Amino acid sequence: MNNSRRSFDVLVVGAGPAGIAAACCAAQAGVRVGIVDNNARPGGQIWRGETQDSNVADAADWLRKLASSRAEILAPMEVFAQPEAGRLTATSSDGVCELGYKKLILCTGARERFLPFPGWTLPNVMGAGGLQAVVKSGMDIAGKKVILAGSGPLLLAVGAHLRAHGADVRTIAEQAPWSRLIRFGMALASRGRKISQALQLKKRLSRIAFRAGCWVVAAEGDGKVESVTLRTVHKTWREPCDYLACGFHLVPNTELASLLGCELRGGFVRTDEFQQSSVSGIYCAGEPTGIGGLELSIAEGQIAGFAAAGQRERAQEYFGEQKSQRRFSMALERAFMLRDELRPLASAETIVCRCEDVKFGRLREQSSWRAAKLQTRCGMGPCQGRICGPAVEFLFGWKAESARPPIFPVAVESLAATACAE
Amino acid sequence: MRAGAYDVVIVGAGIVGAACAWACASEGLRVAVIEADIIGGGATGAGMGHLVVMDDSKAQFALTRYSRSLWQQLVTELPGDVEYESCGTIWVAADQEEMEAVRQKKEFYETRGVPAEMLDAKALRMAEPNLREGLAGGLRVPGDAVIYAPCAARFFIERAQSRGAELYLPRVVTGITAEGVRLNDGTVIAAHRVVNAAGTWSPMLTPGIEVKKRKGHLVITERYAGFVKHQLVELGYLKSAHSMTTESVAFNVQPRRTGQMLIGSSRQFDMEGKGVDANILRRMLGRAAEFLPGVNRLSAIRSWTGFRAATPDKLPLIGPWPGHENLFLATGHEGLGITTSLGTAKLLVDQLLRRTSEIPIAPYLPSRVPESVHA
Ligand SMILES: Cc1cc2nc3c(=O)[nH]c(=O)nc-3n(C[C@@H](O)[C@H](O)[C@H](O)COP(=O)(O)OP(=O)(O)OC[C@H]3O[C@@H](n4cnc5c(N)ncnc54)[C@H](O)[C@@H]3O)c2cc1C
Ligand SMILES: Cc1cc2nc3c(=O)[nH]c(=O)nc-3n(C[C@H](O)[C@H](O)[C@H](O)COP(=O)(O)OP(=O)(O)OC[C@H]3O[C@@H](n4cnc5c(N)ncnc54)[C@H](O)[C@@H]3O)c2cc1C
Repeated sequence: MNNSRRSFDVLVVGAGPAGIAAACCAAQAGVRVGIVDNNARPGGQIWRGETQDSNVADAADWLRKLASSRAEILAPMEVFAQPEAGRLTATSSDGVCELGYKKLILCTGARERFLPFPGWTLPNVMGAGGLQAVVKSGMDIAGKKVILAGSGPLLLAVGAHLRAHGADVRTIAEQAPWSRLIRFGMALASRGRKISQALQLKKRLSRIAFRAGCWVVAAEGDGKVESVTLRTVHKTWREPCDYLACGFHLVPNTELASLLGCELRGGFVRTDEFQQSSVSGIYCAGEPTGIGGLELSIAEGQIAGFAAAGQRERAQEYFGEQKSQRRFSMALERAFMLRDELRPLASAETIVCRCEDVKFGRLREQSSWRAAKLQTRCGMGPCQGRICGPAVEFLFGWKAESARPPIFPVAVESLAATACAE
Repeated sequence: MRAGAYDVVIVGAGIVGAACAWACASEGLRVAVIEADIIGGGATGAGMGHLVVMDDSKAQFALTRYSRSLWQQLVTELPGDVEYESCGTIWVAADQEEMEAVRQKKEFYETRGVPAEMLDAKALRMAEPNLREGLAGGLRVPGDAVIYAPCAARFFIERAQSRGAELYLPRVVTGITAEGVRLNDGTVIAAHRVVNAAGTWSPMLTPGIEVKKRKGHLVITERYAGFVKHQLVELGYLKSAHSMTTESVAFNVQPRRTGQMLIGSSRQFDMEGKGVDANILRRMLGRAAEFLPGVNRLSAIRSWTGFRAATPDKLPLIGPWPGHENLFLATGHEGLGITTSLGTAKLLVDQLLRRTSEIPIAPYLPSRVPESVHA
């Protein structure tokens, strides 16, 4: 195993929109910048697979900016521990890389929230983002019957994408009621760009049944999903499908931030207006500070990048955008709040923790996340509660806590390589 | 609450308090258990769960042997989630000098009725093919086992409850008085006897007892069923366990029923924080890889730390606390409290009921004058 060591004035973790913007701005300020991502190429969730020649204008712009900046791209590389302040360790294809930093910007993004319901562990029941990713990487979805269920703008985006690849998208079941979506729509109306994005989506989704106030209660099938039971407050019915793609909005990836001791509030990393966390010198931008979408992520990334590089005045230029996008983020949160009817979906036999096969019935008897962990092993598997944690939080109100190294599974020898400099 | 409502109040629902509660309730005593956090959330949830006979001293040997036999009697009653695995221990000897120590160890065990089997270099590799070549041999102790301690503690509490014990949780004991205990909400729970089974927290309730925190690190892997078949411990482990000042690491690897492996162990004094120490982790994992080179490529999913309640002579404190008529201790179990919980509970009940125990109690009494600590 090779161990290498690099040092930067500003190190950015995560190369999605927030991280790319942060790295570009910091580099522009003339300091030594590194940007790490566990994917082979920058882009993050939304720009995965895009290139500098992409017809997605934002993506092309920012990827070009990054490429022509002095920021060094370190990928694929996964940060898994911080042996001492100012130094992270990451796994790369040829060993462990130590990444020294003076200032750190965490842009670790979000993941989908899954909720357990009978049948959710059947083959071909997938995450909405997950299904999109496998289709992006070449899986043939043409002619397949797909139902999307859950909550949040992501469902629409994925629906449009799958459709463009020939999928027979039957229904998009959004759990939020029309009343909240309409209010959200009015909030959008005040910003031209969002509304035009929404209209474009609408066009690409024409003739797909979009149902608000509708949610999945079960998936059925023999060996794989064959049908889905959907419900509204008025009725319950069954629809056939080949794939069920689910996603109940997003949850922030805050494991690294917690490991570094950054304070969380309401599940998100707390920052000041310069995006600095409670730990001096550690900044955070994008979804971990609040689910707010592309524009907010970019605005926060720019602020963090300039601020971390010492150019606070330039950072301030983006405060207006940051504020207005935060309002949007709050409207988003209100609109897609999960309804109570989603809580009692799981039956005693429904698996909640897939790593350790822990069923709902056993969890129900516990008093806290830690008691559940200790008594049932819920959240103790390789994913360390990344999947079941947010579900359990919604179902029982228990907060998952305590990030410990490694934040991703790594070889024992890599973990052993995380010693302090002697 | 009426004065004297309980015969015994037990502070702490770690595995020691839980075992004491069950033993007391089984004798028909009216028992209350008070736990500040959750069942098994202290050292019990952080430890390895190796049920092991140890020969650091004659008294330690007597208590671990006695306790292990109590575990063996209980096996058929243990629920599945206690994950009892009778995997046995292999004490691994690196060189001929250590093989000589293995011979003495075998004799010590066997003359005291604990079966143990010498393994030469070849037999060791047959038994554990993933150990490195060139090791001298080892001692297999087939009666040792592994459990998942938090569920064992819960099981003991359930048994106690089925015999009438009451659990107060989460409630913090803020003081022990002649009448019973006082809780943080001001309630007084009256009892004839109080048992301090608060592990590393016990000195906070009973100033003057010599219990210090001794930090340990552990790492858990993903599932690799059969990679090791026994709990593997280097013969030098006792040296590590022994040192009272320095920080030390030893090779100590445990197969779990899930197919995972738990990798230990480390010991550090004077550490308060729960944080994982990168240098200790490196030394501990490095030591494991010296014996078990293949472990390097296995995937680690989590590391954590826990605190052992250490006494100067490395023996627990079991029995009445001198000068306090109603106060009994069941604490100070260092790295063996999972194993010795059952023996401790028996000895404690014998003290409460003024009975003679099956093994001599003197070495564990809080009133003992410690033998000069041998180097
Ligand atoms: C045999 C065995 C096998 C295990 N296997 C696995 C496994 O496969 N996977 C795995 O992930 N883990 C496993 N564990 C580890 C595990 O249970 C915990 O990780 C361990 O108990 C301690 O971890 P922690 O220090 O991270 O604390 P956690 O239990 O994760 O968290 C403790 C948290 O509670 C807080 N806390 C505690 N007391 C108080 C208080 N009084 N007031 C306020 N806050 C408090 C602490 O601050 C801390 O944040 C295993 C444990 C054992 C014993
Ligand atoms: C890394 C490590 C590895 C280990 N490996 C092994 C092993 O392989 N085999 C083995 O036999 N032993 C092992 N041990 C030792 C074993 O874990 C402990 O000896 C044992 O768990 C002690 O149990 P306990 O009940 O005394 O303490 P704890 O489990 O700590 O329980 C004490 C309880 O008291 C409660 N409490 C504290 N103060 C108050 C209060 N004021 N009011 C109410 N409640 C209170 C706490 O919340 C806690 O639940 C290991 C320990 C460590 C740290």
